[in-house]
Amino acid sequence: MTSTDVTEPIIRVENLTAGYDGRTILENVSFTVNRGEVFVILGGSGCGKSTLLKHMIGLYDVAGGHVYIEGNDIVAADGPAREAILRKFGVMYQSGALFGSMTLLENVRLPMEAFTSLDMEQMDLLARMKLSLVGLVQFTGHLPNEISGGMQKRAAIARAMALDPAILFLDEPSAGLDPITSAELDALIRRLADNLGVTFVIVTHELASIYAIADRVIMLDKRVKGIIAEGDPRRLRDESADPYVRQFFHREAEVAAPT
Amino acid sequence: MANAALAVSDAPDGRLIVALSGRLVADTIPTVWRDALKAVRGAVSRPVTVDAAGVDYCDGAGIALLVDLLREPRQAPIEVANLAPAFHALLAQYDPHNLEHDLDPPPPRRPAIEEIGRTASTVLRDLRTQVEFLGQATSALAAAIRHPSTIRWRDVGAVCERVGADAVPIVALIAFLLGVILAFQSAVPMKRYGAEIFVADLIGIGMVRELGALITAILLAGRTGAAFAAEIGTMRVNQEIDALTTMGLDPVRFLVSTRVIAAVLMTPLLTLFAMLVGTLGGAFTMLSYGVPFVTFVKEVDGIVNFQDFVAGWVKSFVFAIAIAGIGCLRGLQTAAGASAVGDSATRAVVSGLVLIVIIDGVFAVIYFMLDI
Repeated sequence: MTSTDVTEPIIRVENLTAGYDGRTILENVSFTVNRGEVFVILGGSGCGKSTLLKHMIGLYDVAGGHVYIEGNDIVAADGPAREAILRKFGVMYQSGALFGSMTLLENVRLPMEAFTSLDMEQMDLLARMKLSLVGLVQFTGHLPNEISGGMQKRAAIARAMALDPAILFLDEPSAGLDPITSAELDALIRRLADNLGVTFVIVTHELASIYAIADRVIMLDKRVKGIIAEGDPRRLRDESADPYVRQFFHREAEVAAPT
Repeated sequence: MANAALAVSDAPDGRLIVALSGRLVADTIPTVWRDALKAVRGAVSRPVTVDAAGVDYCDGAGIALLVDLLREPRQAPIEVANLAPAFHALLAQYDPHNLEHDLDPPPPRRPAIEEIGRTASTVLRDLRTQVEFLGQATSALAAAIRHPSTIRWRDVGAVCERVGADAVPIVALIAFLLGVILAFQSAVPMKRYGAEIFVADLIGIGMVRELGALITAILLAGRTGAAFAAEIGTMRVNQEIDALTTMGLDPVRFLVSTRVIAAVLMTPLLTLFAMLVGTLGGAFTMLSYGVPFVTFVKEVDGIVNFQDFVAGWVKSFVFAIAIAGIGCLRGLQTAAGASAVGDSATRAVVSGLVLIVIIDGVFAVIYFMLDI
């Protein structure tokens, strides 16, 4: 949340190779994410979308390559330097990953307690405001297991936004949500990007959401272990020369080999 | 850019002007926030204008400061003026007077007497559940014995490895140390009467009749009972138990039978091992008191008869069923959430230990009545 210059790259991924247990899932993947844009990583199931996200946020060690966040390489960073990079972004995990023993308010307040000097009353108000942004202000005293899965996701977004990070990584934010809540979430993402200049990196394959929020997308494919398309989603849908990409955007069932 | 700053002044028309300036971000505003709130609270009956013309930047905490000023109960109006449009759009997202309403606030604490009643009722219900589960598990085991092909023997093998083979080092260590400690503690007074040799009798009888089975059962409760509860509890949280049920597979038969069978197969073997290693620990200690190994073994052989051995060994089968069963039951009873799995594991260990004491007591009474 520092600037709204949309042309400056805030994330640079260079020749990223990643996988698990010696199995390579992504090979030599390179792309940039501009400041303030809503950037969507999409692709079929098992193509490595979540793997890419987890390696971008430094959750797993990469097999090769670099991930620069605001110019700092998270792959090489260690100790305080790494902590400083981690504070630049918030993450919403696919399952929400809320702390089950804490109320929603306490979940959202936790990063504030750790990293700000605000009073408890100030943090409480701020946490309530974050929860009100995602429509959960009436549930601040609830435990995560007392609310629905969709509500847990929204609370997780509120927690990811607790420290007003410059970048928000969202893993499948719309999955499991009803269409109205999903549309509200899309509007929230767009509003935060437009008004605050927050950069979003979102993993999803919900086409309706992609058209509603994405400035730019990359499409991954497991057969090439990397990116097969990049750009505006509508243009890719209408103009891509790759039949697999068009098929994906048109939701056609027949499987075509990627070019 | 400048840090957050506050200037309070009076306007000619009687309004209070609270002028904010600089960067209103979480790291810089706590003091400004407190001061601004104090100024606004001190002018409840005067109109207030919060002048944000000098605000360079506002993060979520900066907006929260403005919201906090706007939501203060007051008699005269308050307004925010000259806030940059981008930040005004952020402020407009919130309804300052609608941030405190919990739909379902936590229930008030109940009176102590009601809590006692509820706890007693829960304990009784739990006891009933345990009896029901014992019936279900027995029925599933009986079905398994009648139709062995219905059992997933590969799973039984894997559980046997975890319950049995993997537990050998800890059982050996504890049993050996128990033998050593028992021998040391009893040898000192015995030596006064020149009766060191009878330490062998104590160790032999104690290990074979009582301690071998008991120590194995306690280790089983802490290790295997907790593991079963955590494993099945995680399956419950991940809805795997629901998936089994909707597939028409009985979770008791599918998950509990394999674990109870594995425990029943392995616990008696571990008990035998504990009896042997514990006695060896005693023999090892008595070497330092001048009792040769052969003499010790001969003494044990003379005092411990087959009846003693059976009396101790039979318990291990019952312990195995009880501990594995209660571990699985606690796992199946797991509520939602990550902490629930931990709770189940704890409850499995506590219930397992309580059951061990009860079962051991029952055996003691039976043996007394049968004069064994």
